[in-house]
Amino acid sequence: MKHTISVLVENTFGAFDRVATMFSAKGFNIHSISIGETEIKDISRMTIVTSGDKIIIDQIVKQLNRLIDTIKVTDLTEHARTERELALITVSFQKGSIQEIKNIADIFRGKIVDINNKNMMLEVTGPPEKIDAIINVLMPFGIKELARSGTVALRRGEQIRPKNEYVGNK
Amino acid sequence: MAKKKKVLSGADIFFEALREEGVTKIFGYPGGATIKIYDKLYEVDFLEHILTRHEQGATHAADAYARVSGKVGVVLVTSGPGATNTVTGITNAYLDSVPMVVFTGQVPVNLIGNDAFQEADIVGITRPITKHNFLVKDVKDLAAIIKKAFYIASTGRPGPVLVDLPKDVINDECVYEYPEKVEIRGYKPTVRGHKNQIKKAAKIIREAKRTLLYVGGGVVMADAAKELTEFAKKNNIPVTNTLLGLGTFPGNHSLFLGMLGMHGTYYANQAVNNCDVLIAVGARFDDRVTGKVETFATNAYKIHIDIDPTVIDKNVVVDLPIVGNAKDVLTDLLKELSNKPKEKAWLKQIDEWKAACPLEYKRPDNQLRTQYVIERISEKTKGNAIIVSDVGQHQMWIAQYYKFMKPRTHVSSGGLGTMGFSIPASIGAAFSMRENKDKRPVVSINGDGGFQMNMQELITAEYNKLPIKFFIMNNCFLGMVRQWQELFHDKKYSFTDLCDSNPIFTKIGDALGIESMSTYKPEEVDEILDKAFAINDRPVLVEFKVAKEDLVFPMVPAGASISNMIHKRNNK
Repeated sequence: MKHTISVLVENTFGAFDRVATMFSAKGFNIHSISIGETEIKDISRMTIVTSGDKIIIDQIVKQLNRLIDTIKVTDLTEHARTERELALITVSFQKGSIQEIKNIADIFRGKIVDINNKNMMLEVTGPPEKIDAIINVLMPFGIKELARSGTVALRRGEQIRPKNEYVGNK
Repeated sequence: MAKKKKVLSGADIFFEALREEGVTKIFGYPGGATIKIYDKLYEVDFLEHILTRHEQGATHAADAYARVSGKVGVVLVTSGPGATNTVTGITNAYLDSVPMVVFTGQVPVNLIGNDAFQEADIVGITRPITKHNFLVKDVKDLAAIIKKAFYIASTGRPGPVLVDLPKDVINDECVYEYPEKVEIRGYKPTVRGHKNQIKKAAKIIREAKRTLLYVGGGVVMADAAKELTEFAKKNNIPVTNTLLGLGTFPGNHSLFLGMLGMHGTYYANQAVNNCDVLIAVGARFDDRVTGKVETFATNAYKIHIDIDPTVIDKNVVVDLPIVGNAKDVLTDLLKELSNKPKEKAWLKQIDEWKAACPLEYKRPDNQLRTQYVIERISEKTKGNAIIVSDVGQHQMWIAQYYKFMKPRTHVSSGGLGTMGFSIPASIGAAFSMRENKDKRPVVSINGDGGFQMNMQELITAEYNKLPIKFFIMNNCFLGMVRQWQELFHDKKYSFTDLCDSNPIFTKIGDALGIESMSTYKPEEVDEILDKAFAINDRPVLVEFKVAKEDLVFPMVPAGASISNMIHKRNNK
């Protein structure tokens, strides 16, 4: 089963590499991994989509916690959450298929962000399944290039984490 | 000491920080990137630098120094090859959870990434084999990083920490202030076990009929051998040890079952598979212990005490985890349970197993055997020497035949199985003994293969007049691999026969100024050991020419259940 794990890490040299190295050293799966800044200046958030049975996921959470640079590890799969991914998709078109592609983009609430006489680039955001879906639909037109951001996710509802929990010692 | 704020160079800060951390020994090798530190070292009087002959030697020496003394082992090497030569030693310490801080020189910050002379990305290289590592990019961070490095290395589940020191950082100056304490928001090791879990464990152990303690190196590292021994004795619970756990419980006690696992005793493995409650303390259910995990202690309710949450449910799923320091958890557990009556039927059963299948080898015998030599060493030292083993058959025979009485007397490369460990490790152990004016002898026991992997460190031992007994159990083979070849690979002794290529070991000793002896006769063993143990002001080397094709028994073939032990050659 797929799990989405959110990890707050020190925004330091090597923290990302440490997490990635741990996944490869222990032989855990990574479906996607993304990292970016948070509302706190020296903390980054990594969102990792992985898979495994309960024992494996427990191990992943523990191994992440064991790293010195990780501050908090949450398996979002256990919580109400919002997951989003962004994709840029360059599709080729022929005469007549422009409108068809534009309709598909509209259905997925995507945008055309670049176009020339052969190709156009679509921008789509949404849950990863939605990205999978539009890719499937566009496949017959000929996808020239594809970039996916990997999932980012946050818990929904009340914020339980007081901000000062992490800023104490700086 | 009045603390004034002073402006110091990185090199000065380095030594001030080591002084604050109570470091008295540093194992190292100089080089271009660390020359400024070595320049300062010339004036430093509070610590002794030990020059090894290879950086790997320095890491193993620091590793064993830490294991024997309980302090943090410290290593100082230069950049590039100096740094990469520490990789095996760091991994060794990582797998056996040994507290160590390794300082590596690095090219100046502005040259990092340029493929500069003697540059290696040692922080990248050692990321998966250190508990944590640091690249110091600004001299202002140096003091805090050193403080953190020692804190991380020595707390929680101990392990090696590497600090990479670029040359310009060592030269730069800043206002020096050593932090009073460390606070790392992502690192808060749990020390005390959960109260309710401990109460529950006590209740389950009290009601058990066939209890067994399975004790590993965590008990050594937590200095919890006293608590463990008290807990076992007061509650009449038999004890089996992992390789690294040896010494936590007296080897001559009737409750002691010896080592378990692949080359463990028959009775220890029988006890594991028949107990109803198994209490694992500071052990991690590794594959050499469990054999086939699906059949490991299937009948037992498993209690697992360990400071590292990641080892719980990693290899074997347990029923009751207690995360905490072995010393604290055992102390709390003792308060709950200290008078469990003897499980008479269980202890009787164990005695029957002991009688049915004791450890044995062919004797009397006209051939010299490693088992016999180790038994004699055990007898002569009354289990009180510091035994530093290398890796292979002799290592297993030490575990089987040497009766360890105290913790921190058995030094062995357990997790990584690093051949070439013993010679440099015995040097670290001997320095700890000398420092504490401890007269117990340090004995380095080697195979002929492993001996040749770091024998340059004999020079370090001789130069420092360390009274180490270097014993070589020369069977002219890489014995353990040969054993597997004999048992599982149709006796094809592919590259394990050293008979034609071995050097004359006594001549190597002679060349280095080390008194060297050799024997192949069982009847000479006592005399030669007496001679060796009488030399206390310098090293001594003894070659024992032992039986060529001996096998370590009992044995559980890799991946088999520990109930399927091989006991004899023809029993395959």
